[in-house]
Amino acid sequence: MTRRAGAFWLFVGPFLIGLLIFNYIPIGWSAYLSFFDAQGTVTPDTFVGLRNYADMLTGPFAQSLLTFSVFALFIVPLTFALALGLAVAVNRIRFARAFFRSVFFLPTACSYVVAAMVWKLSLFSGVRFGLANTVLDWFGQDPVAWLSNPDPPWYWVVLVTARLWLQVGFYMILFIAGLQRIPDSLYEAAYVDGAKPGWQVFRHITFPQLRPTSIAVLLLSLIAAYQAFDEFYNLLGTARGYPDFGRPPLVYLYYLALGQTQDYGHGSAGALLLALLIALVTLLQGRLLGLGRREA
Amino acid sequence: MDNRPVGLRPGIAGTALRYAALAVAALLFLLPFYLIVRNGLSTEADITSPEWSLFPSSLHWENIGELFTDPSVPMAHALWNSLVIAVLQTGGQLLLGSLCGYGLARIPYQHANKIFYLVVATLMVPAAVTFVPSFVLVSSLGWVSSLRGLVIPGLFVGFTAFMFRQYFLSFPRELEEAARIDGLGYWGTYWRIVVPNSGGFFAAVAVIQFIGSWNSFLWPLVIGQDEDSWTVQVAMSTFLTAQNVNIHELFVAAAVGILPLVLVFVILQRFLVRGVAETGIKG
Repeated sequence: MTRRAGAFWLFVGPFLIGLLIFNYIPIGWSAYLSFFDAQGTVTPDTFVGLRNYADMLTGPFAQSLLTFSVFALFIVPLTFALALGLAVAVNRIRFARAFFRSVFFLPTACSYVVAAMVWKLSLFSGVRFGLANTVLDWFGQDPVAWLSNPDPPWYWVVLVTARLWLQVGFYMILFIAGLQRIPDSLYEAAYVDGAKPGWQVFRHITFPQLRPTSIAVLLLSLIAAYQAFDEFYNLLGTARGYPDFGRPPLVYLYYLALGQTQDYGHGSAGALLLALLIALVTLLQGRLLGLGRREA
Repeated sequence: MDNRPVGLRPGIAGTALRYAALAVAALLFLLPFYLIVRNGLSTEADITSPEWSLFPSSLHWENIGELFTDPSVPMAHALWNSLVIAVLQTGGQLLLGSLCGYGLARIPYQHANKIFYLVVATLMVPAAVTFVPSFVLVSSLGWVSSLRGLVIPGLFVGFTAFMFRQYFLSFPRELEEAARIDGLGYWGTYWRIVVPNSGGFFAAVAVIQFIGSWNSFLWPLVIGQDEDSWTVQVAMSTFLTAQNVNIHELFVAAAVGILPLVLVFVILQRFLVRGVAETGIKG
C-alpha cells in the first residue's frame, strides 16, 4: 500500500467500518429476515419466500399507508403554503426582520415529544379543559373530544397543527434562501415592463424563480411525512394502548416488530417496502417536477 | 435589503397589513413556549382546571427543585443521560465525519470514488426506516438499554460525511499547499490548518447535530428499555401516557430540556440559518 493509500484509509476507514456495521449489515440482515418466519428470533430457519411481503401489502400495513396518505394530503400543501407565505412576508420587511425569522424558526429546536405534550395537555386536551375547547365555548359551540374519538376525525387537526408548528420555520428558511438568490435586475425589468407590485410580480417573477426551492420543499416535507412517528405515538398512544385509526407506517412497524409479537420477518418486509416506496416517490416526483433539469 | 424599484415595493397599507399578519403569526408561534413555562410554574389544579386561564393563579418556583428530587419521576437522571448521549454523539460525528469527508475530498486514491458512492448510497435509505434491522443488530450485540447502544449506531451518519466532503472541496487549496511546502503531512494539514480554519462550519454542524441528538425519540425509545437508560424525551413520553403523574413536573422537565437549545438558537441564529440554507439539513 502506498503512503497515500495508507493516509486515505486512516481518514476514511473508521467511518467506513462503522457505516458497514451499522448501516449495511442491518439492511442486509433485514432483507434476509424478510423472507423468513422470524418471530422473536433473528436466526430463523423457516423460509417463507415472498409471503411476508404479500401479507404486508394486503393487511393492516396497507391501511397504515392510507393513513399516511391522508396525513400527507393535509401536511404537504399546508407546509408549503405557510412556509412560502412567511418567507415572502419576512423577507421584504425592513424592521424586526431577524426577530420574526427567529420566532418562526424557534420551534425547530423543540422536540416532537414536547410539542405533543403541549398539544395534548394544554391546547387540545379533553372535553373539560384546554384552549381549543375554551375558544369553541366563546362561540357557543360544544366541546370536542379531539383525540379519543375517530368519528368525526378531529385528531387530524391536532396532528397536523403540531407538525406545522414544528416544521414550517425550517422550510421558511429554505424559501428565504431561495428568495435572496433572485437577482434584483429581474424585479427592475418587471417594473420597466409595467408589472404591478404584489400578486403579478409574485406570480410571474418570484414564484417561477423559486422552482428549485419549491421542489426541494415538496420532496423533503413528503419524505418527512412518510416517517411520521413521534407525534402520532405521543398524541394518540395511551396507557391502555394505541388506537387502530391514525396509525401511520412507522407506528405500525414499531408495534409489529417491537411489541408483543416481535415479528421481525413481517417488520423487516414492511421496513423494506417503505424504504422502496420512499425511493420510488422521490425519483418519480423528481422526474415529474423536473428535478435535475438545468435551470435556464 | 429591499433594493426593488420604489414602484414595486408594497405601499404603507400593504406594509401595515404585512406587519399585522406577522405579529399574529408570531404570537401563535410563541404561545406553546409560553404554555410550557406557565404549566411548569402552576399547580396541578391550575393546569387541569375546567376554567382556562392565560395566567396561573400563583407562581410555584419550587416545582423546579421538585423535578430533581422526586424519586417517582426520574427526570434528573434522564436529563443527564440525554446530555451525555448528545455530547458524545455530536463530538463523535464531528470527528468521524470530518475525517472521512477530508479523506474523500483531498487525498487522491484510486478507489475514492467507489467509496464515496458507498457513503452516498446510505443517504437514500431514511434512517427512521432502518430502526427494525438496526434494533435486531444492536440487540444481538447485547447493547439494549446501554449507553453503547444509544450512542454508537448514531455516530456513522452518511450525511455528515457527505456535508464535510462538500465543505472541504471548497476549502482554499492555497492554505493547504503552503502547509505541504512547510513539510506537513495529510494529518498535520488537516489538524493544524484545516480544522482551526473551519470553526464556523464545525460549529454550525455541531449545533444542528446536538439539537437532533437531544430531540431524537424513536431510537432511544427502542433501545432504552429500562428506566436507567431513558433519555428525557423517552421519560416525558412515558409519563405523558401514564396515569397519576404530576403534570407540572412534566412541563418543568420540558422547559429545562428546551431552555439550553433555545438559548443556543437565539445566540447562534444567523449561523444556523446560514448553515441550514446552505446544506438543506434538518435538526
